[in-house]
Amino acid sequence: MSEVDIEWPWQYSFPPFFTLQPHPETRSKQVTAWKSLILTYCQKTKTYVIDVREASQFPVFNNAAINRKLEHSVIVSILCELQKHGNAAPLDKAKNRWEIYWHTLEEWASMVYEFVSNRGMQNTVVTLYELAHGEDTREEEFHGIQQEVFVKALRVLERERKCEVIMDDDMQGVKFF
Amino acid sequence: MNRVKYTNPILLDGESTVIVENNVRLYDGDQKTSFEGGELIITTHRILWGRPGAIARGQTCLALNFDLIVFVEEEPASTFSFSRSRKVILHLAECQDQSDGPQYNSYYNFIKLSFRDGYTNNVIGVLNDLLQKKTWEPLSPETPEAPEVKSQLPTIKLRTGIVGIERSLQEKQKATDESISVAFQDLSKLMAMAKDMVRLSGTISTKIKEKQGDITEDETVRFKSYLMSLGIDDPVTRDSYKSDNQYYKSLAKQISEFLVSHVEEMGGMMALTDVFCRVNRARSLELLSPEDILNACRVMESLDLPLKLFQFNSGVMVLQLRTLDDESIAEATAILVDDRNSLSAEELSQQLGISLTLAKERLLTTEKYGKCCRDDSIEGLRFYPNLFLTKEE
Repeated sequence: MSEVDIEWPWQYSFPPFFTLQPHPETRSKQVTAWKSLILTYCQKTKTYVIDVREASQFPVFNNAAINRKLEHSVIVSILCELQKHGNAAPLDKAKNRWEIYWHTLEEWASMVYEFVSNRGMQNTVVTLYELAHGEDTREEEFHGIQQEVFVKALRVLERERKCEVIMDDDMQGVKFF
Repeated sequence: MNRVKYTNPILLDGESTVIVENNVRLYDGDQKTSFEGGELIITTHRILWGRPGAIARGQTCLALNFDLIVFVEEEPASTFSFSRSRKVILHLAECQDQSDGPQYNSYYNFIKLSFRDGYTNNVIGVLNDLLQKKTWEPLSPETPEAPEVKSQLPTIKLRTGIVGIERSLQEKQKATDESISVAFQDLSKLMAMAKDMVRLSGTISTKIKEKQGDITEDETVRFKSYLMSLGIDDPVTRDSYKSDNQYYKSLAKQISEFLVSHVEEMGGMMALTDVFCRVNRARSLELLSPEDILNACRVMESLDLPLKLFQFNSGVMVLQLRTLDDESIAEATAILVDDRNSLSAEELSQQLGISLTLAKERLLTTEKYGKCCRDDSIEGLRFYPNLFLTKEE
């Protein structure tokens, strides 16, 4: 992982932050801080997938300056907390690989749909690439979104009957209604 | 009769004459023999029989070694016998060496000594006594016959000179040793009996308890006095608990009086192990068991003493000042942690001069109140001010 220019919160350099606190009130504050830190970090670094087994490669879980690492089990439990609010989802049963949604899928979906309806693009077919990496969306939050996450967000719209995803081998497109 | 040997009536090394009886006849089993009217000498090692005067002249006589005698008893006098004759039966062990005797084999495993004139000494008692002492034992079985010529001079017992004194001292010592070991044999028997006695008294006391209503006060008291006389003090536990309680109460007062200044010095808390050491060092001789101390500490709270027993969640027990409670501990410790920015148990124990366990317990208590938070790393467990709760976002 390359060095990232991120404004670390004060907790990041506070050694107890890297030990799960037994005192319930303290722990809830700590976990909340971790959740927001992970989301901020992923957003800043455009990290869509975290592999817990390689967590120490992420500077967020490994503060070399104070020589503290967050334990795997603690990472998993925090990610599970994120999952409750739709901010993360495990990709395998062992809960090793996680997709992180700093915007929930619903948020992504409404962002995309707002963009589409602002542009009057209903009832037209656009490719996923066009939407995610095209010139028009350069200013949008979802520009550069990872394909897997993007598809999952569009599936949310699809369930609301606002679009239909066309998944062909050579072209993945979507038609908005 | 085949165990009896011909021998010279010379006393062996360490052998001495015990009693002499006259007019004694030997029986082989139940059968009379021709050896009658002789002189019988019982020595420490064997029984000698000779014709009258033969032993004094050093002529050959008959001898029976004590190691062959298994058991001695007196034959009950027959009802129609009016004589003073008394018979002693000597039950004998098997003997391999059958040479040198007046008879080669015998049907009987016992011989009888018939004292025609009765006996002047308590023959049975003396024989039993000698058999028990086993003074002949250090002599190996062959020595009585073999070294007849060789040891003619040394066999005469020396009673004079330093050697004689030494020998008699040695003998006395041996006798003392034996009597001591016999005494302790009796003691072990007594102990075995005592176990039964204790069990007996136990059952009696449970019976008393069971039948508390059924038997009268009078009977209970009498039973108890019996038990007392057996050397078991008041085994009824309910009653003894009452007295124990009083003991613990006074003990608690004493301990608290003695320790309160020390506990104050140590920051209001002292581990029970320290209490045990300090109290017993102060008492120096009348030592207390850990259990007594623990029980005494338990009753402290009910006695309004300045100290009380406190148990941490981890099971560690301490005596602490009554004025001290968890919250004040937590607050005081939190201030220390704030001052030092972070503290490990070691640092806190050094700073306050308390034991490591206590320091750790204090920090954990502080953590329990949310006044500090932990940092568990490879460098060990440290505690920090709880910025999670105190620092504004």
